[in-house]
Amino acid sequence: MKKVQLAIVGGGPAGLAAAIAAREAGLQDILIIERGEALGGILGQCIHAGFGLHTFGQELTGPEYAQRFIDRVEDMKIPYLLGTMVLDINENKVLTVTGRETGLIQIQAEAIVLAMGCRERPRGALNIPGTRPAGIYSAGTAQRLVNLEGYLPGKNVVILGSGDIGLIMARRMTLEGAKVHAVAEVMPYSGGLKRNIVQCLDDFNIPLLLSTTVVDIQGRGHIESVTLAQVDERRKPIPGTEKVIPCDTLLLSVGLLPENELSLSAGVALDGVTGGPVVGDDLATSVPGVFACGNVLHVHDLVDFVSEEAGRAGRSAAEYVLHRRSAGRTVALRGKNGVRYTVPQHIDADAMADTVTVRFRVGQPYRGAALCAWAGDRLIRRIPKRILTPGEMESFPIRKADIPADCDTITFTVEEAAQ
Amino acid sequence: MYDVLIVGGGAVGCAVARELSRYQLNMCLVERGEDVCVGTSKANSAIVHAGFDAAPGTLKARFNVEGSEMMEDLSRELDFDYRRNGALVLCFHEADMPRLRELHQRGKKNHVQGLEILWGDALRKKEPALSDKVYAALYAPTSAIVCPFGMTVALYENARKNGCQFQFDTAVETIERTGDHFTVHTSRGDMAARVVVSCAGVHGDTLHNQLCHKQYHTVPRRGEYCLLDKKDGKIVDRTIFQLPSAMGKGILVTPTVHGNLLLGPTAADQEDRDSVATTAAGLDTVTATAALSVPGLPMRDVITSFAGLRAHLAETDDFVIGESAENFFEALGIESPGLTSAPAIGQYLAKAVAEKLRAAEKADFDPTRRDIPHLREMDFEARAALVAENPAYGNVICRCEGISEGEIVEAIHRGARSLDGVKRRCRAGMGRCQGGFCSPKVMALLCRELGVPMEALTKSGGGSYLVQGMTKEAQA
Repeated sequence: MKKVQLAIVGGGPAGLAAAIAAREAGLQDILIIERGEALGGILGQCIHAGFGLHTFGQELTGPEYAQRFIDRVEDMKIPYLLGTMVLDINENKVLTVTGRETGLIQIQAEAIVLAMGCRERPRGALNIPGTRPAGIYSAGTAQRLVNLEGYLPGKNVVILGSGDIGLIMARRMTLEGAKVHAVAEVMPYSGGLKRNIVQCLDDFNIPLLLSTTVVDIQGRGHIESVTLAQVDERRKPIPGTEKVIPCDTLLLSVGLLPENELSLSAGVALDGVTGGPVVGDDLATSVPGVFACGNVLHVHDLVDFVSEEAGRAGRSAAEYVLHRRSAGRTVALRGKNGVRYTVPQHIDADAMADTVTVRFRVGQPYRGAALCAWAGDRLIRRIPKRILTPGEMESFPIRKADIPADCDTITFTVEEAAQ
Repeated sequence: MYDVLIVGGGAVGCAVARELSRYQLNMCLVERGEDVCVGTSKANSAIVHAGFDAAPGTLKARFNVEGSEMMEDLSRELDFDYRRNGALVLCFHEADMPRLRELHQRGKKNHVQGLEILWGDALRKKEPALSDKVYAALYAPTSAIVCPFGMTVALYENARKNGCQFQFDTAVETIERTGDHFTVHTSRGDMAARVVVSCAGVHGDTLHNQLCHKQYHTVPRRGEYCLLDKKDGKIVDRTIFQLPSAMGKGILVTPTVHGNLLLGPTAADQEDRDSVATTAAGLDTVTATAALSVPGLPMRDVITSFAGLRAHLAETDDFVIGESAENFFEALGIESPGLTSAPAIGQYLAKAVAEKLRAAEKADFDPTRRDIPHLREMDFEARAALVAENPAYGNVICRCEGISEGEIVEAIHRGARSLDGVKRRCRAGMGRCQGGFCSPKVMALLCRELGVPMEALTKSGGGSYLVQGMTKEAQA
């Protein structure tokens, strides 16, 4: 059986950054396994600008951002396989891999970085009633068709869901000559970044209809129209508010789901809220030697944070192979009162870096609130926030020096503004 | 002129075609859709019913039990997915026990093997997920699950191999008796045949009424379903029914042969013969009723919902099968248990037609057919060997179902022309992302293998185009 010290599953932004960091940390024997035909993952179809402000201080397109990492991987001569998919990872870290070039083979890894990314929630998950015609695409599928294959699904578009890909595609479809009639969002606020709402909808006069959803789809062969309706506070359609919008395309941008089938096959414990693995500050999962980063861990807004997180996973994986440090004192992290989850879910109070960035999302929008970290009833740190919204991931730095010696759990909360 | 023209490429039409292809006959099957298995046969519960439900002495009872007995051998001969998983009919109240016992007695009269009534612990041991409100259940060990696409496509491929012609995108409009034969007017011109066999599903009454004295009217009965992710396919092992009503067998909870969990159907009569739209009310009914049998079903794992139409007749609760007018044979009103009955109906009608035409059997009839290889079900060595032989089997296209380029190319070579045609033959796009990742790749393979441009591709034939054109060139 082929052996490798570190197998990285996925050659997107997370896998690339993890590979580079692992090599920089001194690990030689690394293999990136990528199912697509090129490195870079989903960035290849993200031809809009806006990537890299945090990492490089400039606005790059997705392919440009990816290329900087691909160039490093090439320079460092880190081996990779393309068109090759990992079918299974067992509890002994044996990967079953298939590809045109490799055939069906098994690889024994000492350490594994999970960097498989996420997938889009399909129509079925929403149980939208109506017919099942052609012309309904998830936003990412349409993005691939338009940006990589060069085909336009249609000219009259309705978009359900205001996730970032939906917003980006509203602009893209408009630039390609289609008319985007509306972006409907079932929640009373958008799930996307504010800058995308401004740059992709407002600048093109595309209406964002909040508290609105698709309640029926018409058309037999091809989609002909959708019925939109307003919803009440419990997201139930309000009778009498229905409006039929003729269209030839319905794009869905209704959520992203970390793709953790392989994590499960490896025996990795998952977090019920994020859908990704439970990890420590070193990005180690519940299975020793298996690390996770990027959108397979939790869905990010910004690739810059993916690269940073993945770098940490790569360094930890290298350290695991080269040094095998022993675990220190575990402090659990948890979200409460508006903080939905945390990543990481626990930290090692002895081995942690001087500062660890804890990331999470809030459950609803807040104005003039503050984020707080508590050790029991002791406030460790309080960060005022002008605006908090579920569409923007929060970063909360926790200093090692601030963690009391007797603390076993740090709780993150939203402190709402006084009425 | 054809000896036999079969109208309708669903499970019954393809079963007739396959059985008739045993004989020396010049025959053709016409189908209005772009492929076989695109009507009632594609959207149903996928159950091989044991046969306790139909009234004794009816055609439904007869063909159900015969079909159920044939199915396992047929699944081996034609290599389609089938599993005898058994079924339970739940009774929630002591007061309903007479109805459960009646079902038991009816099953015995229909010669269904192995029926027994189970109670309490014995029942929950078999199916721990059942509601604790279940009082007793009728257990039918011969009930089974099947892949309706797999079965229909297998019958089609075997009929084709044995000489039956197939013509798609061809809707029969009217049938006329001209001398000693029929002239069949279709959307693609006239066809002549000595015998017509109508297996036209919800449209069967239209043909029947043109040629027969006694008139029938189809009342399409819509049934809505929800399909759950494969991770939920083991919540129950058997098919879980509730006591049947006048509208049908009620809403069931069942694993599918591919390991998903299927809930449904509702039953609502409608005028429209084509609309298979789901409704919010219907999907709510499926959710609420299924939860009575199995509480706590993870409805957030639904990957798709769909509806199908049963060809219910206003005038009778039974099938109408046989030579309804001179040289006009038909299978009319084929609602549940139609899928189960299809092989038996096919055999019966084929024999009747062959006798009528005094057709001789072929010496070289080949009853076997092999399916496209299922890579994900193979052991490592067999799979590695296949990949070594043909690297296209190593290239995974549909990540959710693990379907390779080789399997998709094989599906196309066997007749798939659309995304749905590929999906029904090899499951690419049938998994949890519902084709989000693989559909552009499957589209590229369809273009490559069929030699057609992207703009010509469809989801399911007809007007179901997938892209309008190249970017910046597409015209409104």
